[in-house]
Amino acid sequence: MDFKLKIWRQKNRDDRGGFVEYEVKNVSPDASFLEMLDILNVDLVKKGEEPVAFDHDCREGICGSCGLVINGRSHGPGRGIATCELRMRGFKEGETIVAEPWRAKPFPILKDLIVDRTALDRIIQAGGYISSKTGAVPEANLIQVPRPAAEEAMDAAACIGCGACVASCPNSSAMLFVAAKVSHLALLPQGKVERKERVLKMIEQMDKEGFGNCSNNYACEAECPKKISVTHIARLNREFLLAEIS
Amino acid sequence: MKLESKTPSGPIEKKWDNHRFAMKLVNPSNRRKYSVIVVGTGLAGASAAASLGELGYNVLTFSYHESPRRAHSIAAQGGINAPKNYANDGDSIWRLFYDTVKGGDYRAREANVYRLAQVSGNIIDQCVAQGVPFARDYAGYLDNRSFGGAQVSRTFYARGQTGQQLLLGAYSALSRQINAGTVKFFPRREMLDLVLVDGQARGIVVRDLVTGKLETYAANAVVLATGGYANTYYLSTMAKASNASAIWRAHKKGAAFANPCFTQIHPTCIPQSGDYQSKLTLMSESLRNDGRIWVPKAKGDARKPQDIPEEERDYYLERMYPSFGNLVPRDVASRRAKEMCDKGFGVGPTKLAVYLDFADAIKRLGKHVIEERYGNLCDMYHEITAEDPYQGPMRIYPAMHYTMGGLWVDYNLMSTIRGLFVLGEANFSDHGANRLGASALMQGLADGYFIIPYTMGDYLASTKFKPVKTDDDAFKKTQADVNELIRKLMSINGKKTVEEFHRELGKIMWENVGMGRTKASLQKALKEIPAVRAEFWKNVKVVGASDDLNAELERAGRVADFLELGELLAYDALHREESCGGHFRVEHQTEEGEAKRNDKKFSYVAAWEYTGVNKKPILNKEPLTFEHVKPSQRSYK
Repeated sequence: MDFKLKIWRQKNRDDRGGFVEYEVKNVSPDASFLEMLDILNVDLVKKGEEPVAFDHDCREGICGSCGLVINGRSHGPGRGIATCELRMRGFKEGETIVAEPWRAKPFPILKDLIVDRTALDRIIQAGGYISSKTGAVPEANLIQVPRPAAEEAMDAAACIGCGACVASCPNSSAMLFVAAKVSHLALLPQGKVERKERVLKMIEQMDKEGFGNCSNNYACEAECPKKISVTHIARLNREFLLAEIS
Repeated sequence: MKLESKTPSGPIEKKWDNHRFAMKLVNPSNRRKYSVIVVGTGLAGASAAASLGELGYNVLTFSYHESPRRAHSIAAQGGINAPKNYANDGDSIWRLFYDTVKGGDYRAREANVYRLAQVSGNIIDQCVAQGVPFARDYAGYLDNRSFGGAQVSRTFYARGQTGQQLLLGAYSALSRQINAGTVKFFPRREMLDLVLVDGQARGIVVRDLVTGKLETYAANAVVLATGGYANTYYLSTMAKASNASAIWRAHKKGAAFANPCFTQIHPTCIPQSGDYQSKLTLMSESLRNDGRIWVPKAKGDARKPQDIPEEERDYYLERMYPSFGNLVPRDVASRRAKEMCDKGFGVGPTKLAVYLDFADAIKRLGKHVIEERYGNLCDMYHEITAEDPYQGPMRIYPAMHYTMGGLWVDYNLMSTIRGLFVLGEANFSDHGANRLGASALMQGLADGYFIIPYTMGDYLASTKFKPVKTDDDAFKKTQADVNELIRKLMSINGKKTVEEFHRELGKIMWENVGMGRTKASLQKALKEIPAVRAEFWKNVKVVGASDDLNAELERAGRVADFLELGELLAYDALHREESCGGHFRVEHQTEEGEAKRNDKKFSYVAAWEYTGVNKKPILNKEPLTFEHVKPSQRSYK
């Protein structure tokens, strides 16, 4: 298959950046989107030009490294997949495809399609954990977790921290990301001791980083590669309110 | 070079306890005076950094990723072993120890494996306390499943994302320490060399991958937890960035490299579909519980699989291994699939695949059961191939997956360089010649949570340290060497891309040093690899600038190292004139075509010493003795 590409190129954080048009030819329909970019990059290197920089690693949708806005959608068309799982067969022959980085103020662009998402790490560092020290823990089966709670916690814990929720939100809100962690830990008995402190600290950090608020747009859920539900945001709000008033 | 395993004396079940008592301690108020560098933030690195931070050491941790959570441990699917015996099916520390030594085909150090089995139960406790959402039964207790190479159910799992959940657990513990200020995390930094002062590992040189600047960091000790080297083969189930540069450059500085030829090939991966392909995708081996593996009886049969009648199919694993059938161990299943394809029975467009068929299971159990059990894997297969595995069989083929070899370490996980510790897949220690499923996660976390916190304390308390600063000569000199290497890579400006060289090396490795190795194929590889390497240094093209974010330059350095490591791997495979575990030498097989060990000659760890590029490495042997698990011929008939 042949495609025309419009790709965001930006030299560094301070550069203004802009779209550059390319063509790729003879791409197998079974190739992934990132493999299509590999093909483009080999062409560019051969011509002595700088290849397009993009983050990627596991290429099986679990590490959370990759993330492009493709034709206006985070991780491109298709539900429940990361950019690396997107295959070219879903595009039309000769189609013009637009690829941009995540666009959100807390995610500064480092180069081309690579952004800095360390703000998400700082939110976790603020309190997204259970403070259990190595060694100072009880025998595993002393803690019973009702199966439905364990399952729902796992649904939330499946978050890969890619930032698609932020990129697809009109407010650049990180609420789905924060909610996934708050919900995961609040649902488990082990996480209940620190639940109030946790939600307050994480929200405080989220605000400090400049992420916006949730206005029930639900684009985050629609674009989440792990299909994390906005009901976790409802739980986050409840946890936050409870922590505030008690 | 002298290899001292430092295995404590005494009965095997007491060794670790005795050793823990014998080791020296660092007083809590003195710990902050010591700093430790940890490279890598996968299961081993993150758990080590967090635990050392909790103890009060001053920890500096580095990753080439933007976040510790991106490490490739995250991609492990199946589970983690621990002999909790929750299934009441006869499991014990002894049984896990026995299964692991036997599964490794008697090429691991018994004392290490015993300790691994011993601490593995604590790992589950630790992870549960962190909030890892393991699968549970209806009473709310932990659930187990069975896995290859064991007759008990001892595998704990979190759907098909166990690695992810365990890594996020370790990441949360690490995040807590970063917040507490005991650990400082340096994102997007790639370690490019190790700094030695008076023979001790005292620091590292890293490249800031965003600015391209070289930086040096000093500490009292260095921990490498940088993973395996399966990407030497180019196509593997590894993440794209997974590389061996940290361990390889440490090897060049004096750390012995043990058993490089012990590599593992996983039988159930989605086959390669074209030359553009960048990596292979693994599907959990649990598929073999219900899927039947077959090829057409006629060579080159081009009919659709559904149109091939039952009597014209060869369910070759069931035919060859009536008692284990499709559930033979990974190495056996992989080798037989390759053999079928080599003989011309392969299927699909490339003819390098065999069928894995659920038709019988669907008939017997109904589609919904198969969906429940393997839904996510079937979805993944569908996503990648656009074929529906409920309608026709999947096509599968083996792929490079894990490396048991790595830097040689003693019982304390210290390499042959004083003060350089190596954890997780990066070391050679526990899996022998073949790793069992669900044991990689176990080893990574055992090393990081429960071994290094003790052995590091002993090292720090019993060693005299000269004060060092990063502007000392040793640091400046090492940084200058790295700088020179980068300058050289940038200046060649040849015609071939880094990617092309890597693919070329991968092809040589896979064809000659892959599943079936022969003296001739290995000699061929040993001729071809140096030729590719020589061409690389004359004709590689690295575009961009060195003082900028430059993925091509990053890759060039890694491929340069693979081009050296690949040669050592082949060299080790040639020297090991036996078959064991994942190392199959065609000349050494039983009449039934199984791996034939030579315990008399090869019951040792081959620890190679670096002597220079294009120079023969020196072989050092650590003899292996088996007091508790008597070596026997594995049979799955």
